[in-house]
Amino acid sequence: MTTPVADESAIEVRDLVKRYAKATFNAVDGVSFSVRRGEIFGLLGPNGAGKTTTIGVLTTRVRPTSGTARLMGIDVTRDPIGVKQHIAVVPQMSNLDQSLKVRDILTFHSAYHSVPRKEREARADALLAELGLAERAKDRVSRYSGGMNQRLMIARALMHSPDVLFLDEPTNNLDPQSRLFLWDRIRELNARGLTILLTTHDMEEADRLCERIAIMDHGKVLVNDTSAELKHLIPGGTTLEVRVFVPELAAVGAPTAADASAGGEQTTTRLLAALRALPGVTKVDELSAETPAAAPPAAGGWGGAPGGGRGSPGGGGPGGPWGGAGGNGGNGGQAREPGVTTFRIYAEDASALVAAANQAVQASGAELRDLHVKRPSLEDVFIYLTGRNLR
Amino acid sequence: MATTSQAPTDTTFAAGGVPQGARPTSHARLALNAFFAILQRDIVVTGRDLIAFLAQVLLQPLFFLFIFGKVLPGIGLTSAGFGALLLPGIVGLTTVMAAMQGVALPMVLDLGFAREIDDRLLAPMPDVLVAVEKVIFATLRGLIAGGVMFPLAVWILGDQYNVRSDRILVLLVMLVLASLVGACIGLFLGTSVRPEQIGLMFSLILTPLLFTGCTYYPWAGLDSLKWFQILTLFNPLTYADEGIRYAMVPPIHGHDITTLGLQWVFLGLGVSIVVFFALGTRTFLRRVVS
Repeated sequence: MTTPVADESAIEVRDLVKRYAKATFNAVDGVSFSVRRGEIFGLLGPNGAGKTTTIGVLTTRVRPTSGTARLMGIDVTRDPIGVKQHIAVVPQMSNLDQSLKVRDILTFHSAYHSVPRKEREARADALLAELGLAERAKDRVSRYSGGMNQRLMIARALMHSPDVLFLDEPTNNLDPQSRLFLWDRIRELNARGLTILLTTHDMEEADRLCERIAIMDHGKVLVNDTSAELKHLIPGGTTLEVRVFVPELAAVGAPTAADASAGGEQTTTRLLAALRALPGVTKVDELSAETPAAAPPAAGGWGGAPGGGRGSPGGGGPGGPWGGAGGNGGNGGQAREPGVTTFRIYAEDASALVAAANQAVQASGAELRDLHVKRPSLEDVFIYLTGRNLR
Repeated sequence: MATTSQAPTDTTFAAGGVPQGARPTSHARLALNAFFAILQRDIVVTGRDLIAFLAQVLLQPLFFLFIFGKVLPGIGLTSAGFGALLLPGIVGLTTVMAAMQGVALPMVLDLGFAREIDDRLLAPMPDVLVAVEKVIFATLRGLIAGGVMFPLAVWILGDQYNVRSDRILVLLVMLVLASLVGACIGLFLGTSVRPEQIGLMFSLILTPLLFTGCTYYPWAGLDSLKWFQILTLFNPLTYADEGIRYAMVPPIHGHDITTLGLQWVFLGLGVSIVVFFALGTRTFLRRVVS
């Protein structure tokens, strides 16, 4: 749009409060954040966190109880019509015009926004092609799948070339293929300069798409930063996992191996001490050969099922509340291998310790089997902040 | 991901290089464009289903007209002149009901779960204009339905069709007001009723409206049934039907038939339009902005 706007933020929200009539609590409770022009910004939080209400205020559908919200420098309560010129919304549920054919949905939408006729026609064709709907342009929406509906709603949103696009749970209930397709389109649009605010409770979506993320819960913004910075919030940051083979321990169980076993334990103890002494290390856990139960059998490693035995805040000691002592069950089976022990090293920057850890292993006389850096996910951040799972 | 703080230009980041033409900048101009585009959308959609629309609003009144205006007088159960008194009532009823349904049903569904209206609410116009558009559109609908009744009445009533032609202007004004009152009532009902209450709306609201509105009997004829005559004054349809009756029924033996006074007709219709429009827009705004 051509309206000159003084300030550089696409969205500016200050101390926003919304209490619905007859409600006993604030749906949005003092939220502040800003979104730069050309940014993809994510509002992440569980259902009922206040994401949709926040979007409602920004899209003129919800009147704030107090606080201000400005969009492209325009106050949403003072000049809703001005705001509407600059925005487009893709809602959670389809609200497509069931009485119109697909192409007409696009052309009428742009007519509502005073787009000249020639431009309407050209844009409709271009967008239908871009979103892979050209062949079904004459259908009614009732024949469309969920994924096609979503794409059509995005096409519709772009018909009047908005400055800010709101996506409310854009890929909720979509199959993986449609999800990836939409993610690609969203990135492309953003690359062309469109500012995007999306809400999601999908960690992966937020992580992959958003430059900055505000985590919301109970109507408040808990944190607001880049995905990487958010992950740094967790004490201990990243972890380094070192799997080693101690030959002496492998001999345990043989009738004459008592001495060898004692030597093996010495090796392990020495290594543990050496690892603890590495710079920046806050904690080292030993997932020993004898006690694979340290890893809860249900937990499936970092990428595993949500809720699978992750620690609550503060629950795992100073080293890593998000992982707990045995958050990673992926090594449970491997740890049973005779003579193999896994150490988990919590450190501010575990990836910087790769070489040093390798040296420590070699110096101890053990053999290095595997060594890798694990990073916390956004989900871990959320659990760390709220003590709850997102879903 | 994009580079940050790159201000979007006024050209095209979407739709593969389609150049962006000039658009109005004044809010009034934008709102007017949006208003007419939405009106056009409703007209296009109704135009595509014109037969279904006419069947929906005309079938019932035509049967009424046939039975009460043709069959009953034909077998001697009512007097021959009844058709002339009934037709204005049926025209009024058809007009009011077509307009009312034109807003009420779509509005109930839209606000209930379809939410198609959201796209229009995001158009650069004041929210209330979305409701005004629906009222205007429904008024047009009512006028078309009422207008189509005339040739059909000629066809059904045959020699019983008897309409005066010297008050056409009054008739037109009455039809417009009747349609408008129907649309405003429709706006109020459509924004107040939940989808699961549609059945209830028909039986509890529409049925009494249908039968207490002086459609099948002239108001003056109720003199001997005073309490009911008074009751009918609470029904906006009464004023519409009596106004249309005044404009349509030819003099009998040189005397105009007695109808509700025109000043009362205008007052009744005017008050109904204002009250229902005010209530309707209020509930509408409550439903679309929280």
